[in-house]
Amino acid sequence: MNNEVYIKIENLTKTFGPVIANNNICLEVNKGEIHAILGENGSGKSTLMNMLSGIYTPDSGVIYIKGKHVSLKTPKDSMSMGIGMIHQHFKLVEVLTAKENIIAGQKGSFFVGSKKLSEKIRKISEKFGLTIDPDKKIYNMSVGEKQTVEIVKVIYRGAEILILDEPTAVLTPQETESLFNILRKMKQAGSSIIIITHKLNEVMEISDRITVLRKGETIATVNKEDTNATELTNLMVGRAVDLSINRIEKKNNEIILNVENLTVVDDEKVKALDNISFKLATGEILGVAGVAGSGQKELCEAIAGLYPITSGKIEYKEENIVGKNPRDIIKMGISMSFIPEDRLGMGLVASMGMVDNMLLKEYQNQKGIFIEKKAAKDLSNKLIKKLEISTPGVYHPVRQLSGGNIQKVLLGREIESNPHLLITAYPVRGLDINSSYTIYDLLNEQKEKGVGILYIGEDLDVLIELCDRILVICNGKITGIAQATKVNKEQLGLMMAGEDMTTVMGVGA
Amino acid sequence: MFRVVKRTDLTKKQSVSFRLIAILGALLTTGIFIWFLGFNPLQIYISMLDGSFGSMYRFKEAIIQTIPLVVTSLGISVAFRMKFWNIGAEGQIIMGAFAASYFALYWSNLPIGVLLPLMFAASVVAGGIWALIPAFFKAQFGTNETLFTLMMNYIAQKLIIYIQYGLWKDPKALGAGKIAMFTDNAALPEVFGIHIGWIITILLVVLMYIFINRTKRGYEIQVIGESENTARYAGMNVKKIILTSMLLSGALCGIVGMFQVSGVNHTLSYQVANGVGFTAIITTWLAGLSAPVIVIVCFLFAVLQQGGTFIQTAFSIHASVAQLVQGMILFFVLGSEFFIQYKLVLNNKADSIIKKEAV
Amino acid sequence: MNFISILTFVLTGAVTAGTPLLFATLGEIITEKVGQLNLGVEGMMLMGAVIGFSAALSTGNPAVGVLAGMIAGSCGALIFAFLTITLRANQIVSGLSLTIFGTGFSSFVGQKMAGQSLPESVRNSFIPVKIPLLGDVPVLGDALFNQNILVYSGYVIAILLAIYLLKTRIGLNLRTVGENPGSADTAGINVSLYKYVHILLGGALCGIGGAYMSLVTVPSWQDGVTGGRGWIAVALVIFVTWNPYKAMLGAYFFGALSILGLYLQSYLPIPQSIFDMLPYLATIIVLIVISLKKSKENRPPKALGEPYFREER
Repeated sequence: MNNEVYIKIENLTKTFGPVIANNNICLEVNKGEIHAILGENGSGKSTLMNMLSGIYTPDSGVIYIKGKHVSLKTPKDSMSMGIGMIHQHFKLVEVLTAKENIIAGQKGSFFVGSKKLSEKIRKISEKFGLTIDPDKKIYNMSVGEKQTVEIVKVIYRGAEILILDEPTAVLTPQETESLFNILRKMKQAGSSIIIITHKLNEVMEISDRITVLRKGETIATVNKEDTNATELTNLMVGRAVDLSINRIEKKNNEIILNVENLTVVDDEKVKALDNISFKLATGEILGVAGVAGSGQKELCEAIAGLYPITSGKIEYKEENIVGKNPRDIIKMGISMSFIPEDRLGMGLVASMGMVDNMLLKEYQNQKGIFIEKKAAKDLSNKLIKKLEISTPGVYHPVRQLSGGNIQKVLLGREIESNPHLLITAYPVRGLDINSSYTIYDLLNEQKEKGVGILYIGEDLDVLIELCDRILVICNGKITGIAQATKVNKEQLGLMMAGEDMTTVMGVGA
Repeated sequence: MFRVVKRTDLTKKQSVSFRLIAILGALLTTGIFIWFLGFNPLQIYISMLDGSFGSMYRFKEAIIQTIPLVVTSLGISVAFRMKFWNIGAEGQIIMGAFAASYFALYWSNLPIGVLLPLMFAASVVAGGIWALIPAFFKAQFGTNETLFTLMMNYIAQKLIIYIQYGLWKDPKALGAGKIAMFTDNAALPEVFGIHIGWIITILLVVLMYIFINRTKRGYEIQVIGESENTARYAGMNVKKIILTSMLLSGALCGIVGMFQVSGVNHTLSYQVANGVGFTAIITTWLAGLSAPVIVIVCFLFAVLQQGGTFIQTAFSIHASVAQLVQGMILFFVLGSEFFIQYKLVLNNKADSIIKKEAV
Repeated sequence: MNFISILTFVLTGAVTAGTPLLFATLGEIITEKVGQLNLGVEGMMLMGAVIGFSAALSTGNPAVGVLAGMIAGSCGALIFAFLTITLRANQIVSGLSLTIFGTGFSSFVGQKMAGQSLPESVRNSFIPVKIPLLGDVPVLGDALFNQNILVYSGYVIAILLAIYLLKTRIGLNLRTVGENPGSADTAGINVSLYKYVHILLGGALCGIGGAYMSLVTVPSWQDGVTGGRGWIAVALVIFVTWNPYKAMLGAYFFGALSILGLYLQSYLPIPQSIFDMLPYLATIIVLIVISLKKSKENRPPKALGEPYFREER
């Protein structure tokens, strides 16, 4: 490994109002190295990378690229320094082709459309094993294909330093391995790669060195050979954390939710859910695992009455609720709570305070045409105490709260309505460790009360430890429903990629 | 050199003072323009105020001009709260006027106590329906409402032109394209020398304030305006709420049409709305969609308008100078919004290094 | 009059009447393609009309008139650009303010010239000039190639704009800005610069459209000479799905509608005002059709009307 230092960052600091996102960060990345930036959500990883790519400007501190002091004020500056950033949310224009996306903003011929340009793209594709069709429109591409376009785009622009922000969030374990092979090839060719992630196993597999961030500060930089998962976790959270989550024994009761042959079709006439069948009992936590976009969102929304159903049955305590919208469901006396993935965009009204958000569902129960807010205010104060929600006031817009507190507000409201069925999608995404554990405890509390819980999550470790059974979904189909105590992460990963459970775990699992 | 940073600390008082500074800036700039033309700006401004406050008659005229602005703004504010960009107020006013005129012309033998409420009801329905059409397409198909409502304005206007020169043309007008004057029983009575529209307006302001802030429907409208997804998640019937709210929005504008034909013009012409539908968009926005503030802003605009007509006779300055002043104020206030939301911060000297080094 | 000559007459009139619409539409297409919704088209046209007329009146030079109209339109557009890009103001309100200002400005400056006519030197420059050979083709050739110089400019500019937008690198960058400014920014495209330049360009074209009305269509100054054509142009942009080639067809079609009424009166009892309604009805139909179809092409630019700033937290 070449020890020439490509990037050196000294005491970089960035604040957003009162929030200190990065505090005196120090980092060194060598040529021909894969360097992982590891940290929990909210540790400052993205902010740091945005400064390297010229999107944010630092408040103070110095950046050296190949030994020279640079000032990266715009993405263009960053690009001219050979830095290529691949964002978690792709920056592609849907109605243009891959080629058009790749060459946009570049210097070159006045007229575009010549064959020569396509040639250059094809050469890059072959060299790194990146298959794309330059003339295909982005809106016709899969997520994996789009990511490939992003990588080609960045290399086309002469990137020697690649920064990837949570690149495997949308990939199956198998696609991840392909990506890693590409990265290894690039490393051989002399590029430096920075990969931002919070997934320990990937870090241990692909990186050479690891820098750990916590709460906006650099904690340590270590060589991969000299460390292990436990030590890294300690560095990430600051204390030895008991990775085990309390699982309460399930008391087997009645079936509260019976989904039979559910098929749901999206805007583009693609089957988002294909003949799904499963049962959920009271006092049980059923986890749902799957690569992002496998149909989890549609599943939740279909059950909650927010998504039109093509065929099949959804029975709540033997009453079919297909075709009912949320209002009907409430009127039927069904107490179902849905905590959506999109907290501010669906679960809450971002510009309103806690009080007005508490009213969101319960206002319909009030008589008359006027709204009375006293009960909502009392509830808000109660939740602040019970869940330790940190907010300047009950009327303060919830969008200004931190991610963890927003989730607490949302969960708090839903649990207050004493549901019998609770559907929750990615409830701990973006939360720090302590808040996450609070949520797990809350869920276990509900489980003890006999609530049936459908838990959609992305952390396979959590799913295995918290849930009783785990349903794996891939491309809208169920590939398996396994007992949590009898399955491991590799098996789940294979099922997430489409392998049937019988193949993965043998018959009779 | 400078960076733009979002402000979090501005008090209401400071926001208001920013806006007032903006208005002063606008007056100053227009004043310079006026001085350039050879007039004394101070004299002009005072004269414009005189145009509304100089006599009881003029003051009443200013009120008469404020009324349609206020009610239209109320209507537009309902739509804007839902982020439904209703640019069609002009057309809704016209259709309300049209419906009211129908009764005034063809049912003129009814007693005034029956005719006026009938005209009122007709204008409410007509304005409401005119707004409902684009609302239906938006709710059902997601059709762009900004442009749809805009087009509806022109269709309404052309419809009236057609009627004015055709079906309803007054035979007594000797070939001129005019509709007959209404009979007395179709005219709104006056209180304090102003048609009773002013009383209805005050009532509407109060009602709308209560509606938005204290009722369930008002709450629902606010939620939908923020996020349709959240509204649907909460079990709200979004389509129904959009439709009924737009019905209300159009109805309010329709009422203005009735006011104008019954209380001011006593006849119908295709110019009945006279741009109020567009001016009201501006006043609504300037007032931050708040009912009481709408009253203040609309009054100021009416004073400006009135002032413009006044100085035309007094100084032979064209009335259009009022539009210039309005335009200027708008530009300045729009610009001031930026300084209310953001502040400029000097960049840290430490990292503004000569680019040459990096190359 | 036989059918052929009526047809020729109508087509010729359609092209002439449609030209100011074409300029304004092309101007707004450029503005919207770069992501800005400028409802101030009527205002910019009026500014172009009054300044263009005034310049032509005082100098007797038609080119100066057109140029002045262009610059006036750009100035109006500059105000809009500054407000919406640098000061991040609401685009709808800013555009409407521009219309109010432009209308007032035009009335105010124009009142001194009320009723005045342009000198011969100017009027003569806009007499139709026949293009040899092409102009001899029956019906179409006569209608298209026996026009004044501004009409010919219209053809050229529309085609140039289409090529610029669809086939050049700058056009590609521009479209990226209008669809996904974040993406453009990361690609190193100067989003603000692209927006400013193209809004000004759009304003210039609207200014020419307005100048056409005051210099060619009507012999003497009239208040409100554009007669709401700016608003028709806003509709036209959608009607032709932001495509400069189709803009020509659309503009001439709407131009045809405006004069067809007079001629069909004798055959059909449909009054002019109903004909006037047709462009707006047609646009509504296009709006509905676009929203019904799920095609990703022919849509408004994705980031239309949204302001863009990089540091968003």
